Amino acid sequence: MSFVLDCPNCGSREVTDFGFGGEVTTRPTGRPEFKELNRYVYFRDNKAGVQREWWVHRAGCGEWFLAERDTRTNEVIWTARPADAPPARAAAASEGAPR
Amino acid sequence: MSGGRLAENGGQRIRRGEELRFTFDGDSRVGLAGDTIASALYAGGQRTFSRSFKYHRRRGELCGCGQCANSLVTVDGAPGVRACGEPLRDGMQVEHQNAWPSLELDVMRATDLVGGPFTPPGFYYKTFIRPRRLWPLYEKVLRSAAGLGKLRRRQPEREWRTEYRRRHCDVLVVGGGIAGLSAALRAAQLGADVVLCDEDVEPGGSLLFEGGHERARDLAARCREAGVEILTRAPGLGYFDGLVPVWQGDVLHQVRAARHVAATGTLAQPLVFPENDLPGVMLAPGALRLAALYGVDPGRCAIAGVDDRALETALSLHRLGVQVAVVADLRPDADSELTAALETAGIELMRGVTPVRAGGSKQLAEVQVGPVDPSGRLRGSARRIACDVLAVAGPQAPASSLLLQSGARARFDDTLQSFLPQEAPPLIHPAGAVAGHADAESAMLSGAVAGAEAALALGFGEREDRDRLASERAKLEAEAPTVRRAAPPAKSHDGGRGKAFVDLDEDITAKDVAYAAAEGYDSLELSKRYTTVTMGPSQGRFSQLASARVLGEVTGRPLGEIGVTTARPPWTTVPMGALAGRPFEAAKRSSIHARHRDLGATVRWAGDWRRAYDYGDVEGETMAVHEGAGLIDVSTLGKLIVRGPDAGELLDRLYPNRMSTLKPGRIRYGVLTSESGRISDDGTVCRLDDDTFYVTTTSSGATAVERWFTWWMASWPELDVTLTDVTQGVAAMNLAGPGSRDILAKLTDADVSNEGIAYLDGPQLAIAGIDCLVLRIGFVGELGYELHCAAPQARGLWDAVADSGARPFGLEPQRILRLQKMHILVGQDTDSETTPYGANLDFAVKLDKEQDFIGRWALEHYEERPPAQKLVGFTCPGGEVPTEGAAIVEGDRVVGQVTSSRRAPKLESSIGLALVEPRLAEDGASISISDDGRRIAAAVQTRPFYDPDGELLRS
Ligand SMILES: [Zn+2]
Repeated sequence: MSFVLDCPNCGSREVTDFGFGGEVTTRPTGRPEFKELNRYVYFRDNKAGVQREWWVHRAGCGEWFLAERDTRTNEVIWTARPADAPPARAAAASEGAPR
Repeated sequence: MSGGRLAENGGQRIRRGEELRFTFDGDSRVGLAGDTIASALYAGGQRTFSRSFKYHRRRGELCGCGQCANSLVTVDGAPGVRACGEPLRDGMQVEHQNAWPSLELDVMRATDLVGGPFTPPGFYYKTFIRPRRLWPLYEKVLRSAAGLGKLRRRQPEREWRTEYRRRHCDVLVVGGGIAGLSAALRAAQLGADVVLCDEDVEPGGSLLFEGGHERARDLAARCREAGVEILTRAPGLGYFDGLVPVWQGDVLHQVRAARHVAATGTLAQPLVFPENDLPGVMLAPGALRLAALYGVDPGRCAIAGVDDRALETALSLHRLGVQVAVVADLRPDADSELTAALETAGIELMRGVTPVRAGGSKQLAEVQVGPVDPSGRLRGSARRIACDVLAVAGPQAPASSLLLQSGARARFDDTLQSFLPQEAPPLIHPAGAVAGHADAESAMLSGAVAGAEAALALGFGEREDRDRLASERAKLEAEAPTVRRAAPPAKSHDGGRGKAFVDLDEDITAKDVAYAAAEGYDSLELSKRYTTVTMGPSQGRFSQLASARVLGEVTGRPLGEIGVTTARPPWTTVPMGALAGRPFEAAKRSSIHARHRDLGATVRWAGDWRRAYDYGDVEGETMAVHEGAGLIDVSTLGKLIVRGPDAGELLDRLYPNRMSTLKPGRIRYGVLTSESGRISDDGTVCRLDDDTFYVTTTSSGATAVERWFTWWMASWPELDVTLTDVTQGVAAMNLAGPGSRDILAKLTDADVSNEGIAYLDGPQLAIAGIDCLVLRIGFVGELGYELHCAAPQARGLWDAVADSGARPFGLEPQRILRLQKMHILVGQDTDSETTPYGANLDFAVKLDKEQDFIGRWALEHYEERPPAQKLVGFTCPGGEVPTEGAAIVEGDRVVGQVTSSRRAPKLESSIGLALVEPRLAEDGASISISDDGRRIAAAVQTRPFYDPDGELLRS
């Protein structure tokens, strides 16, 4: 595996510079049912296709950011800070925030 | 007699005035600046460079460009250097490899003379397997007999380190021959950022020794002017999804290009006939390089080949002043300008013949050539030709490994009698000879096309550039094929006595491949694994085609069906150190480390840290903390400053207890859990002021916690809070023991009484004149103060505290002291399943707080159910200290495991922690520990072994 990601701070860097935070999940709001909690904690889509995921610039500035990547080709469609992520699905990143 | 130097000539690399002195096996030798090791040795009359891998046969100059294994030597103690590619340096100490006692007298040669016919492929597997018990002896003997060179056992200091360089560019051109230079020039002229890498000391490829050196230098200069970065002596090692590591001495360039041009050229192939490995039998470009680049007179040459290259080689050598005896062309009907030129030059051309045997004792003296029938047998009689060198020009094999690694396929081409890469993926553009454009003009054109395609695909250039590309492409296609038609090499390897090698690296003969096929290893992949053909240091680049051909002949299948295998990276031999590079995770030492060394500490690894394990007296150090005062370096703790109006809110969301209610100057213990409610770390939180919290984490969890915090912060952009990781910048030491208050009093004017600094107070004070954050916590169970200060001042603070009577103690005493208090060590006493309830940390979970927090729902769930395992203490009345990890059993059922165990000198007993089924978590419950065959009786204890009510901590 070898590809390049654009850190929002540092620009384009090798993937080995980064830490992977996994696919973006939606934190349940309110008190979830046991089954829903189980899904949230343990299950991932593991999509063969474009997915939104977390990355951290481990060997660089330390920034966490979002990316959309095609898991089949490792093509990175975009990267952005959570606040700058394309709006349609940006909610996914923060809607689960504890209130 | 051969040797010596030819007259001066523009293309030569050597500088005649500059002599370099070096040694070969201890004898002093002389070469010229610009020589390779091999060209200097050859010019000095040396013909044998090494002994072969299995039969220890003499091997000499072959490829002349650092690609073969014939010239592997040890240079200044480092084995595996290819003499024919390595520039000579003054003072070099060169030694042969793989011969004992000397290169001239190698006793292992017996394997060839005696054992030869008895060591077919598989011989070792079959012979030395019985009797089994003797294998260790066999192995010892075989291992010392085999192998290529010896590594030095010890390298006290690594003499060099590789730097990584990451280079992102638009176009990477691999190969600096005419096609590569042309591609780089065009792409750069169109505006692309271009890197070109080449293995040789200068770009130019075969132009350099085929009379085109001026053109090569002109092209390279124009490339540089256009902004191309040219890397020389820099092979591209492989293709990894668009990343090409380019190794250049002590730099590994990790080149990431949007487009690639593969202009890797072709490799001349040997011919297979008996004794074809005699020193003096070399590849045609090898002989040419010697003469053209290094001005070495190779001696009287015979040339043998299957296409026009043999004729061109003869003419080039002749022009350079080399004596050419005869050209043996396998094609019966060669007739062209070249044949006419040969006639003019007075060089005899034999048509329809091929070498059937080489002769000579230590080096080539004669070659026999003649016509052969389709079965490889000589028709009529052979003619003997006296010569010093036989330059062979078998079919050209494209150097296609980069293309094949990127996903291209190899297809057999009848005209070339070789495999051509096809269907390269869109991001990689083949150019020049590797794509079948062999002669200089079409290689130049195909390079320009590839460079233009790459740059235009990236959005460079204008409409007219696209038009130009279209017309050049049409021209290139119209001219094709510009390739040299080759005759299929003759099957001449059956000609009687002697070994006809298909693989010089591994000493594999044509007979071996045939033998393996007869045993059933009749596919290339199987044959390769059984005979090890193509698996030597040159990765089959001079043996793959020949071995596939033999396999085709013996199995009666066409060569196209046999196929070729893809050579894996790296393309060339690379020192392991060049790939290991500079470690990114450096060993960490605290700023107090020098003191630990002064005190003779036992230093051990703890994660990335080097830590003082003890100072030689675990018991004494432990008792000092109980009876007086001890001092331990805890700089490895993770330290985070969380600041901002929402700092408390952030911590409330991350910890299961309340941090926002903490008063400035006060401390609270906190446990961190995942969303599944499992313990991930623990530590203390001290509120410095309204907006600022100082968070400590475990040593091993520092990085993970920092990442955990920042991840959630990124998820909650609405929080106005920042995090600063001061783990490295702030040092910490824990002063503990009943005498610690008196010591502190000596070092500060502040009120250090129990009222002045109460338990869980966190004041900021000057201690010994150094600004400190003083955390009064129960780290090791006695009265104690954790002193945090700027790392550069820590040694001064340590000295002041130690000089006031605190005895340094290490990690091991600390573990004993903390175990007595049943303080958990996350990761040791907890596993991925342990919840705060299971670890008796109920007090740190506040489910009654309004706030939602990470892990809340899971913890609500666990609160209602008993955990699967509960952490309890135990004592062993018999005094045994069970192994950590030992099972706790009931009959033959496992009901738990020991997580920590130590002998506690103060308590004079054996204590431990264990995860057990909750029903056993009762004071006095007896448990049985199964430890390496013995059973140890133990009694459960749920409250701390030492000072269970924490009175000492608070007083
Ligand atoms: Zn960055």
